[in-house]
Amino acid sequence: MASLVSHPDEVRVISKRFGQGATNIDRYLELDGYKAVQKALAMQPDAIINEVKNSGLRGRGGAGFSTGMKWSFVPKQSAKPKYVLCNGDESEPGTCKDRLIFEHDPHTVIEGAMIAALAVGSHTAYIYIRGEYRYLSVIMQKAIKDAYAKGFLGKNIFGSGYDLDIYWHGGAGAYEVGEESALMESLEGKRGIPRIRPPFPAIVGLWGGPTVINNAETLAAVPHIILGGADWYAKLGTPKNGGTRLFCLSGNLNKPGVYELPMGYNLQKMIYEVGGGIPNGRSLKAVVPGGSSTPVLLPEEIDVPMDFDSLAKAGTMLGSGGVVVLDDTICIVKFALRTIKFYQHESCGWCIPCREGTDWLKKTLTRFHAGAGLKKDIDNIYYLAENMLGKTFCPLGDAAAMPTMAFVKKFRKEFEDHLEGKPCPFEKAGAAEPVMA
Amino acid sequence: MADVTLTVDDKKITAPAGTLLIEACKSVGIEIPSFCYYPGLSLQGACRMCVVKIEKMPKLQTACTTVVTEGMIVATDNDEVRQARKAMVEMLLGNHPLDCPVCDAGGECELQDMAFSYGASESKFIEAKNHKEEQQWSPVVYFDRPRCILCYRCVRVCGEGMDVWALGVQNRGVSSIIAPNEKDHLECEECGMCIDICPVGALTSGAYRYKTRPWEMNHVGTICTHCGDGCKTTLGVRRCDTGMEIVRGDNRDKSGINNDFLCIKGRYAFDFAHHKERLTQPLIRKNGKLTPATWEEAFELIGKRFREIRDEVRDHDGGSAIGVIGSNRTTNEENYLLSKFARVVLKTNNVDHHRTADFPALAAALHGKPGKTASMREVLNAPAILLLGNDPTNQHPLLAWQIRTNVRLRRAKLYVINSAPIKLRRQAAGFGMVPAGAEAKAVAFLAGDDSLLDSLLDSKASDSMTRDAWIGLRDKIRAEQNMVIAFGSELRGHDIEKLVSFASTLTGAKLICLGDYANSRGASEMGLYPDLLPGYEPIASADKFQKEWGNLPAEKGLSLPEMVEAAKAGKLKALYAVGSNPVGRLGIDPFVFSKSFVVVQDMFLTETATIADVVLPAANAYEKTGTYTNTCGDLQLVKKAGEVTNTKPDFEMMVRIADAMGSDVSGLVPFGSGTHSDMGQTRGAQSGEADSHAVWLEAHNLEPKMTPFDPMAILDEIQRVVAGYHVSRVNLLAGNDQHLEIAESGASAIQNPELIVPANDDLFSSGTLGRYSKTLNSVFENKSADAEVAAD
Repeated sequence: MASLVSHPDEVRVISKRFGQGATNIDRYLELDGYKAVQKALAMQPDAIINEVKNSGLRGRGGAGFSTGMKWSFVPKQSAKPKYVLCNGDESEPGTCKDRLIFEHDPHTVIEGAMIAALAVGSHTAYIYIRGEYRYLSVIMQKAIKDAYAKGFLGKNIFGSGYDLDIYWHGGAGAYEVGEESALMESLEGKRGIPRIRPPFPAIVGLWGGPTVINNAETLAAVPHIILGGADWYAKLGTPKNGGTRLFCLSGNLNKPGVYELPMGYNLQKMIYEVGGGIPNGRSLKAVVPGGSSTPVLLPEEIDVPMDFDSLAKAGTMLGSGGVVVLDDTICIVKFALRTIKFYQHESCGWCIPCREGTDWLKKTLTRFHAGAGLKKDIDNIYYLAENMLGKTFCPLGDAAAMPTMAFVKKFRKEFEDHLEGKPCPFEKAGAAEPVMA
Repeated sequence: MADVTLTVDDKKITAPAGTLLIEACKSVGIEIPSFCYYPGLSLQGACRMCVVKIEKMPKLQTACTTVVTEGMIVATDNDEVRQARKAMVEMLLGNHPLDCPVCDAGGECELQDMAFSYGASESKFIEAKNHKEEQQWSPVVYFDRPRCILCYRCVRVCGEGMDVWALGVQNRGVSSIIAPNEKDHLECEECGMCIDICPVGALTSGAYRYKTRPWEMNHVGTICTHCGDGCKTTLGVRRCDTGMEIVRGDNRDKSGINNDFLCIKGRYAFDFAHHKERLTQPLIRKNGKLTPATWEEAFELIGKRFREIRDEVRDHDGGSAIGVIGSNRTTNEENYLLSKFARVVLKTNNVDHHRTADFPALAAALHGKPGKTASMREVLNAPAILLLGNDPTNQHPLLAWQIRTNVRLRRAKLYVINSAPIKLRRQAAGFGMVPAGAEAKAVAFLAGDDSLLDSLLDSKASDSMTRDAWIGLRDKIRAEQNMVIAFGSELRGHDIEKLVSFASTLTGAKLICLGDYANSRGASEMGLYPDLLPGYEPIASADKFQKEWGNLPAEKGLSLPEMVEAAKAGKLKALYAVGSNPVGRLGIDPFVFSKSFVVVQDMFLTETATIADVVLPAANAYEKTGTYTNTCGDLQLVKKAGEVTNTKPDFEMMVRIADAMGSDVSGLVPFGSGTHSDMGQTRGAQSGEADSHAVWLEAHNLEPKMTPFDPMAILDEIQRVVAGYHVSRVNLLAGNDQHLEIAESGASAIQNPELIVPANDDLFSSGTLGRYSKTLNSVFENKSADAEVAAD
């Protein structure tokens, strides 16, 4: 079990029960567990959707789409069964928030999925857990079993006359399956490859039925919104960015860890106060603000509120909330190579630009970092990334292209320092391995 | 659906709502490039080549997955779009081997075309290409893995199109690779569709690879000589030391009734033409041994013997001491000529062929009832199909393709009644399994005879249907409108009559009678019967042909088994087998003919040829011109592709034999000008009456043919006198198929059902030709008892 961190600025909503033994269903009930779903059972589906809409809750997977809005797209009447899916395929480097939720508070995900099911009129939900999180799926299995034993799941839940089944499903080790349509393919037992859209999952999703698919953290926030009210939740954050979220601080920090902070919390404060600043008296070089796919920020760009809209304005993204801090000992070329190695490895291979583009980026950066770079390589790296961006089948290609372009654009000088047979200047200095190595 | 109007490259275009943008553009001549998009297969959006700019959309969109909407404004060729496509090609070429100079696809490669169009001529990469070893998946399918660009066309055409599901994708990312179903090899129908549909040279044909360059071939679109479906196959032909060699078959010409489809036979089984045992010299039996001879020697001998035998017994038997057996693979012109030659020159009605389906019964039942047969194209669009007997997957691969495609893309309802769990049951909305031989009873049950229901219940079949299920199936079938009913040789004679009368109770039902060989239907229609003349005219009422051909023997002749009996009794003095092998195929005791003068025209020393007195080396259907009528009754042009030195078409041999017999050749083949073309009846010439043939030619703007070896001269006569064959000549010559109307035929006659002997060929056999096709014999499925591959 990962050790927990804390900071006075934290606003504990989702992480409220972390470390409280809430994997035990009775303990979870003591901590107000399964109250929200009972409240929701007494509500009209539209009222639940409105509550979530008004809370300003936006998808925590990275895209930041309004959760209530997403639910409202599901048709009321459907010939095929409707489904709720919890996306627990958390795989983005720098991101480790769902892991804590599953580990400390699995019932809140179940409860959130139940409320989502009530809101859209679904009787089946699946909780999809990343393949590498095998030990977490054991916790989740037990939680689901316990909920069934209490009569919270199955036929006639809480004596309401409503039937609801929840199943867990393990992934096979693919980042790509975090993409919602690829997740559905995987769940159906096929190769984890994204689907053509439209149709969108809300209309034609799992097994062809209307489907709501939400990130685990998103669903974990839902019970709190139902109990605490939309206004209370919305006001925790900034306008249009309701609530709090789990920020995963990693890299060269004194106090790395997962902190729950209000949406719109200042990044600079996050690094220097919450995260305890850069160790060993070194200085900040760059920050990846929302997981490895988000364009890097320079030290002069970090005085920015951490919400979806402010970061978009800053030319990057809030993404999955994985803040990776790099100090001045880190070679950006090596960091770019490490990042692209991940995307090359995880590309599903379906479309040309992502499959070939990530591979050529990896090959070129590998040689480049090893000291055999050519001047034209720098432009070629940018050219490749630029020609992947927006042309791939799914966002994975963008996820590889965006940070690469930012690295070249913002650290061109450092690339040039690697040229003409020069070995990596950082390795010469005997620097530590870059983060995420 | 209503039309929508959109703007593409500043041009206003309209297209039906729901059309894909790529198709809408194609319809007005704007080509949008793509690798993965293929009409009729599921959408992929994988290659990203078809990206276009659509106003109000932030990113480029794929035209293959975008549906047209009203007011859409599209740019298909601006700088942004061209750059995106160029980058795709650059990235592909990074790993694609540039072995174009030796690649089979060089010159007809879509990746080459794209590189040419988008100028991705410089590589930005200096790293080594990813390499994987080439694999051989079967004798006919090779996979050069690094050349693959992962468009997934092969995977889809195999799965969705063929319902074989033998190909899939393994691994992920840049390691993604197309893989066969059996680890290192394919277990499939070996159709080669994956090869044809491959946009690059990744999948190559075992028959063709590294043989030649595409531009060194002549490409001749002709009709496949194997089964009765009549697929158009484009033969790639190259010069060689023995004439013209066929090196490739494919379906690059999509205008045929088969559109995208070809099976293993149409694609690879042309290789019999160059089999080392091919006969290239006439053989005459001398001192008990077949000895090479000249053509002149051979014709002289045959002419002399045929004339002697005909005249010798003429006083009492006429020509009845001579038996003539025709072929299911010779052209209509040859079959017509043979029918005429037998009756006019040999003076015999002892004419027959290997019958594989009861076409005369269909003609009899539909006599005077027009519009009741379906063409092969109609199967693709019919709202419902009833399949009685037969196993199209094996015996009529194109029909099976049409049915599958129709069910898949147009949601046609398929009903299958069969004594075996044939593969097409997978597409069926209703499958009734009957005990072997009970197909006719099923027809009677459909027509309303409930007393036969018990005999349909097969306790042995595991998925045997209940009585209620049978009644439910019947109700569904009866409610279908415009249904195509295809039936196999399980139904014969009066059973066909019953089926036709049942069909007439349904709205718009049309029929297809399934026969086994490329021109089985043509052999029937050209009168290779002892009692039927061309166009199913009974001998008994032969006025029309008496007038055309002159005096004909009046008595019905001998059928094939009767000829055998006559031979046993020493009454058959001569046997003339044209492109047929009755001894081998029908299991006739060869010693029966030991006292007969046997002449065989064939490509190989078949069982029949080995007992012959004279063997003439024949050209096959790929080496001559003429027409074929497929099993549905679609007339198509057969075009000469190659030739093998010192073989002759059967047509020419017949004319030469007639000449050697001292017959008037211009009476047999209407060639030359003026009165001579009145085929020797001379009435026109001497009585001053009009020469009807000349009149017909003039009316159709056709020139008299100048040589007696020109099959077009007989086609003139066929079109003039054979019922139903008066279709457009221009259309025919243009390579288009035309459906013939059988209802105009003569009254026909019900035949003895036992005379029908199904060929029982499957995907990997094809009568004599199959025995001499190396490819068909090489595939491993040929040896396996159960070739059906499990569905995905």
